[in-house]
Amino acid sequence: MRGRPLLPSSLSSSAEDSGPFLHLAGVRNSQARASSPPRARWGCARPGPALVPAVPRLRSGRGAGAGPAGEAREAREPMGTLGGAGLAAAAAGRARTLGMEGERRASQARSSGLPAGGADGESPGGGTTFPGSSGSSALLQAEVLDLDEDEDDLEVFSKDASLMDMNSFSPMMPTSPLSMINQIKFEDEPDLKDLFITVDEPESHVTTIETFITYRIITKTSRGEFDSSEFEVRRRYQDFLWLKGKLEEAHPTLIIPPLPEKFMVKGMVERFNDDFIETRRKALHKFLNRIADHPTLTFNEDFKIFLTAQAWELSSHKKQGPGLLSRMGQTVRAVASSMRGVKNRPEEFMEMNNFIELFSQKINLIDKISQRIYKEEREYFDELKEYGPIHILWSASEEDLVDILKDVASCIDRCCKATEKRMSGLAEALLPVVHEYVLYSEMLMGVMRRRDQIQAELDSKVEALTYKKADADLLPEEIGKLEDKVECANNALKADWERWKQNMQNDIKLAFTDMAEENIHYYEQCLATWESFLTSQTNLHLEEASEDKP
Amino acid sequence: MEGRGDGEWGGGASLTERRGGRGRGGSAGALGSPRRTAAMEQAPPDPERQLQPAPLEPLGRSDAGLGVAVDEEAEGAREEGSGGDTMTHNNFWLKKIEISVSEAEKRTGRNAMNMQETYTAYLIETRSVEHTDGQSVLTDSLWRRYSEFELLRNYLLVYYPHIVVPPLPEKRAEFVWHKLSADNMDPDFVERRRIGLENFLLRIASHPILCRDKIFYLFLTQEGNWKETVNETGFQLKADSRLKALNATFRVKNPDKRFTDLKHYSDELQSVISHLLRVRARVADRLYGVYKVHGNYGRVFSEWSAIEKEMGDGLQSAGHHMDVYASSIDDILEDEEHYADQLKEYLFYAEALRAVCRKHELMQYDLEIAAQDLASKKQQCEELATGTVRTFSLKGMTTKLFGQETPEQREARIKVLEEQINEGEQQLKSKNLEGREFVKNAWADIERFKEQKNRDLKEALISYAVMQISMCKKGIQVWTNAKECFSKM
Repeated sequence: MRGRPLLPSSLSSSAEDSGPFLHLAGVRNSQARASSPPRARWGCARPGPALVPAVPRLRSGRGAGAGPAGEAREAREPMGTLGGAGLAAAAAGRARTLGMEGERRASQARSSGLPAGGADGESPGGGTTFPGSSGSSALLQAEVLDLDEDEDDLEVFSKDASLMDMNSFSPMMPTSPLSMINQIKFEDEPDLKDLFITVDEPESHVTTIETFITYRIITKTSRGEFDSSEFEVRRRYQDFLWLKGKLEEAHPTLIIPPLPEKFMVKGMVERFNDDFIETRRKALHKFLNRIADHPTLTFNEDFKIFLTAQAWELSSHKKQGPGLLSRMGQTVRAVASSMRGVKNRPEEFMEMNNFIELFSQKINLIDKISQRIYKEEREYFDELKEYGPIHILWSASEEDLVDILKDVASCIDRCCKATEKRMSGLAEALLPVVHEYVLYSEMLMGVMRRRDQIQAELDSKVEALTYKKADADLLPEEIGKLEDKVECANNALKADWERWKQNMQNDIKLAFTDMAEENIHYYEQCLATWESFLTSQTNLHLEEASEDKP
Repeated sequence: MEGRGDGEWGGGASLTERRGGRGRGGSAGALGSPRRTAAMEQAPPDPERQLQPAPLEPLGRSDAGLGVAVDEEAEGAREEGSGGDTMTHNNFWLKKIEISVSEAEKRTGRNAMNMQETYTAYLIETRSVEHTDGQSVLTDSLWRRYSEFELLRNYLLVYYPHIVVPPLPEKRAEFVWHKLSADNMDPDFVERRRIGLENFLLRIASHPILCRDKIFYLFLTQEGNWKETVNETGFQLKADSRLKALNATFRVKNPDKRFTDLKHYSDELQSVISHLLRVRARVADRLYGVYKVHGNYGRVFSEWSAIEKEMGDGLQSAGHHMDVYASSIDDILEDEEHYADQLKEYLFYAEALRAVCRKHELMQYDLEIAAQDLASKKQQCEELATGTVRTFSLKGMTTKLFGQETPEQREARIKVLEEQINEGEQQLKSKNLEGREFVKNAWADIERFKEQKNRDLKEALISYAVMQISMCKKGIQVWTNAKECFSKM
């Protein structure tokens, strides 16, 4: 929780503007680079420039909090884990709690954030072991700050910059300004990650009560808040479920990556248990890495616990936190309010909602089609396996056709192998991606629902205020908080939405391009097979012809 | 009408070439040479031709027809053995003719029991090709229905027992996969049968012996009264009823190994081809599925494109390519169906081969019975002459009971027996001769058949490879286009 969230457009623009300077100063750590692109986009994607108060944005960056408890924790964390630099974030966090007066506090936060960042950068043992070039970064901030002094976003930036700085002691990773610019464009630099997670070695456990499978999770990281650079834990599906619940709770309007379903009844996986486990393992692997790649979620404390804690630690953690009952209460409340419906849902969310509905419909169809294709291909493959050998069988009774029949058989055999390859290509490249997005579409609906709930809560209070003036003293403050919350939720969603959409488009594009390539490759293989057959046959004919002539 | 040319059984290319060799190039030379050589004259298939399926020719006339030239001298010399009376010496046969089954038509009529029935009639056109300008002139065109083709074949089977008579296409579609209809009025099926029937006529016309049959000639030229003419030949009486009993086996003491092998082979051929066809139908079924399911992407992509700004165009056109991909399978499998028909022809040839074997078996059986009969008569005769009874017999008993017969009586009986023996020997001799002649002729035709089969199957397999290649090329094309669309998204 380092207040990852916002890298406003001001940074990107200033970064570009001050290119040469950055060139000199440009030593930043990998994490900053890896995670800034989305931030940059968040900044850019923000619709009304400078109209949205800075403070809510701050919060949205932090995952839109989750009520008072969340705020408290967030405020605590930066100080605890990040040391001095966290002050900026902490200040910002505090500022947020004061709600509407964001503007003023924002500047406070900025002023406190800047020196904190600078100081921290220079302090050698500032609690963080992250490499980076502190001095120049400090300079960078100063410079950028000068350039952007009037920017409304600045405090966010300065905080961010200081955080980056704090994280960046990296002497070995000089960065070119290009990479700075690159950040703004795409998240296409997976190699700049600082958190590497692998899920492997499924192991089945049989107890008297239940049978379950655990997966080994290995985490390698260079991040400071981890006590070690490598962790190995075993987790079962339920633990993943817990993590997902925690993330949803902490970030109700962030798009949490989907977990594979508890039971997969569909298509290919039902037949082979091993297949099922493998498919799930891959999906879980993807799930954790998606979180690791997410600009905000990656710093979630529960995520860290999930990756590092020993089994007993984890279970004790699971017992903490709001109990099931209180959560239920929340849900009931939320449902109740959402039942009343959301008045005037902002148009952009209407659009989003429409998109999600259509997207969900289409992606579900595509999933079905792809599964069906896989099934048809499998059956085709099964039949084709039989087709070749018949020719061999036949060749036994045909003296003059032995060779040609055997050749045909071997051609069919090779095509059969190519079919198998195409099939596994489909199963690996397309099916999981499409299916993940089916689950994503469900997650999105959940996110939309939660957003509506938050708004509904506000709406109901506003309504109450207009009708009964009774609690008039208390309500405004509450409303202020709620408005903040809505704003946060909305901003978090909007920002994450663009990031998600970009990812989705990339993934889908890639998956289908792969599939097309797989098919091209398949046909090329078959083509080569049959063409060589034909060449050998026509050569034979030509030989026969030339023998006949003399 | 289109595509008729490349749909022939036995490979369009080969028939065309066969025709070309005989019709144009070697009209004079080929006329004098024995037919069998003419049939084998066929040049090795031109490699370039094989790379592309036989060209489509409008109406498929020239491709579908077959020039048949028969020379009169050779005819007279070789036809004596097999019923010269059915042979025609019509001048018509001096000209080359082209035969085509050019149209199929659904008809309703009344059958013998005055019941309403629907059937398909096929238009048979024969054209004579003038030597000078190569223009063909329509000489005859008439309608025949499937049952008449059947009649023709039954007649040929009876009159030419030593010949592997070309089979008819299936009456009802077999080895179908789900898309194909088993209904024998289905247009695609009718079309394939039309091609099959045409091929049947071409096979007969290109056969060195069958092509000169009068009934066949009349089949092509005389619409009315043809049935009556066939029945007048009395072929049904001539037909050996024993041949019809399907599972009747005759215990032949000394079977000709060549024929037993052949019988064995035809069984194997039949089983392996039907197995192959079954699997092929299933493979086709699945392939159809794989392609068609891709078509669903087309619709979904295009609907999805409505909500995607950046990916919209790419999705839309990728969807279009998926549609193309899905519909390309129709043509691919339609082509493959012709390959299947080529194999089916040989599946049915297996039955024709067996018919020859059975006929041979039957003759061998008759021969052995006659020989046995003769031997027993000779023995009787000997017994009478020497007065010894080697084996216990009724006659021996009666002699013992009623005393010896008079020498006169004995003389008379010996005489009768000797006459019978003589007759039997004659009969055996002629049967032997007949058998040898049959074996000789049958084997010659079997050799011819084998050559034809090897050639045709080789061509069929090569044409299968060509189809696969064209399918792969189509696939590469579509997916390359689709990939471009996807990567532009």
